[in-house]
Amino acid sequence: MNWESSPVQFWRISDNFRTGHQIHFMQSSGSTKTIKVLETGHTRCRLNDNTLFISGSLKVDDAGDFSRAALRALRTLKLPQLTVNLEELDDIDSAGVTALLYLQRKIADRIPRIEFEGANKNVKNKIELFGSDTHIEEKPAREFEITEAVGGSTYSFVTSYLYGFIVLAADVLYWAVADLFKTKTTREGDFVRQSVHIGVNAAFIIIIMSFAIGFVMAVQSSQYLREFGADIFIVDLIVIAVMSQMGPLIAGVLVAGRSGSSIAAEIATMRVTAEIDALKTMGLDPVRYVVVPKLYASLFTIPLLIILSNVAGITGGASAAYYSLDISPEIFISRMDAIMQNKDLVTAFIKSQVYAVIIVLTGSFYGFRVEKGAEGVGRVTTQSVVVSISLVILADSLMAVIFY
Amino acid sequence: MEKVIEVEGLYAKYDDRDVLCDVCFSALKGEITVILGGSGSGKTTILRHLLGLLPVTRGQVWVLGKEISSLPEKEMEEMYHQMGVFYQNGALLTSMTVAENVAMPLVHQSNLPRQLIDDIVIMKLGLVNLKEAYGLYPSQLSGGMLKRVALARAIAMDPPLLFCDEPGAGLDPLSLKSLDNLILNLRDQLGISIVLVTHEISSILRVADRVVFLNKGQVAFEGPLKEALSSDIPEVREFFSVTESVGNMPPGGHGR
Repeated sequence: MNWESSPVQFWRISDNFRTGHQIHFMQSSGSTKTIKVLETGHTRCRLNDNTLFISGSLKVDDAGDFSRAALRALRTLKLPQLTVNLEELDDIDSAGVTALLYLQRKIADRIPRIEFEGANKNVKNKIELFGSDTHIEEKPAREFEITEAVGGSTYSFVTSYLYGFIVLAADVLYWAVADLFKTKTTREGDFVRQSVHIGVNAAFIIIIMSFAIGFVMAVQSSQYLREFGADIFIVDLIVIAVMSQMGPLIAGVLVAGRSGSSIAAEIATMRVTAEIDALKTMGLDPVRYVVVPKLYASLFTIPLLIILSNVAGITGGASAAYYSLDISPEIFISRMDAIMQNKDLVTAFIKSQVYAVIIVLTGSFYGFRVEKGAEGVGRVTTQSVVVSISLVILADSLMAVIFY
Repeated sequence: MEKVIEVEGLYAKYDDRDVLCDVCFSALKGEITVILGGSGSGKTTILRHLLGLLPVTRGQVWVLGKEISSLPEKEMEEMYHQMGVFYQNGALLTSMTVAENVAMPLVHQSNLPRQLIDDIVIMKLGLVNLKEAYGLYPSQLSGGMLKRVALARAIAMDPPLLFCDEPGAGLDPLSLKSLDNLILNLRDQLGISIVLVTHEISSILRVADRVVFLNKGQVAFEGPLKEALSSDIPEVREFFSVTESVGNMPPGGHGR
């Protein structure tokens, strides 16, 4: 029966598919039988009794529309058997074969028996090639148990994080001490290079930040002090706040963000590109070769950065005091002399050493933990920054409690 | 036979250094054309020109009947739907699973429903014997497995034309042989035309229908593999003589 010449009544299901192919779903009530016709792009189908004729070509551009429309049409039927006739199908590809198998699976509850017939050699070959089982064995999902989850996470934290961190810290400490006496094996100029990278290159940003924070702190507190006639106490406020807390903390947080991320990214990239393995197989300890110079540089430069941060913060505060409370630099300095204690310098130095250890250990710990790939490097770098800044702030709080 | 690629008078330079000089060759439909030559002969530059990744400054490059240097961006995008590219190191996206990598072209270049895409992905992974890697990440795979996944991704859309850039680099002989067999299957069973850039002689002898031999940026020889093997051109003879000397070596290696 020539379906194209049949008097058909048709309605459009949709012409809004991404490919722009129109889909017509036509139904004709002829004198003896009902014919359903479906046309998608280059694929045409007609259902005649229990036989679905597919003609044209069924390839990736049409397979999506075909599978949707054919599924919708065939789901309305309930037949004991369906024969899919492929005599007029010129070409098919993997998407087309998969679409046929998908259709077969989806309508199996309404049409239990489906047979394919009449495919040309090309189509038959492709069906044989692509018609492999698309089933994949899925592991049964385990039941979620809260106690198991909590226990598992704790165990993994202790074994993977805490133990790893302690081992790395011990390794770094050992080599940091050992290398003081074996300078022959250290890379020439590495200490200076790392000091420039971690210290000198960070100086400018630390000066700007500390100056700005000292200035803002003084401006905001000056109006309240003026109300009580306690103008001169601005010096106490600035000096104590900057020397004991703000100066070291600003330097610590900025170095953690700047150099901590750089250490993590550098070591992670070295691991990904097998440079760490190369060092090991050359008989060099990666911790000794990569981490220890960074630790030395940090221990040396962070105290200097804290001094710069303190000077910049107090200068910022003094500038604000001069402009908003008319406190001259001479008065500021003479008052500062009276307030400053040697203890502040000692605690700042201790803080600097603690920060240096935290920043270098955290950066290298996460750097060594990287898994293969570009995304892994990004992930450990972010983790390292978040953890080292948090640890710097926590250590600062702890030391504030201990020292004051 | 229909030409899928035709290059005419192609020149290329890096800074002031001539890399390609009046390169002319063609690749035929349903065949495996191997572009070969020593390091620095311009193989990768030609491949990048064929893929439209380098602008053609002089000469013409026809791919699937279209001159690609003058193709507007939109048409070039459509052209990419007709090509599969298999990169040397796999170039899989490490943040995605194997399945997501293979599904990528199908998700972005077709309107197939998700379930159908998943079925196609499993089937393509089955073709390269790697169904078990479905949910794994590239970092969990070996070098040979990465290459097979990259091949599955390259043929995800059943492209009529497949480019392979040094597919055998870094593979052991057995993995290389199995990869070559996969490539032969693609030609024989799917009729895909393949352009393969390599200098792995064992691979060339196994898969090539036609070879384009490059020497110092020029085509020294173009023709069927059989003719290349009996060629009088000194560079070509020297290139293939390495295989003969290896083949003639007594069992047990040298020094015995």
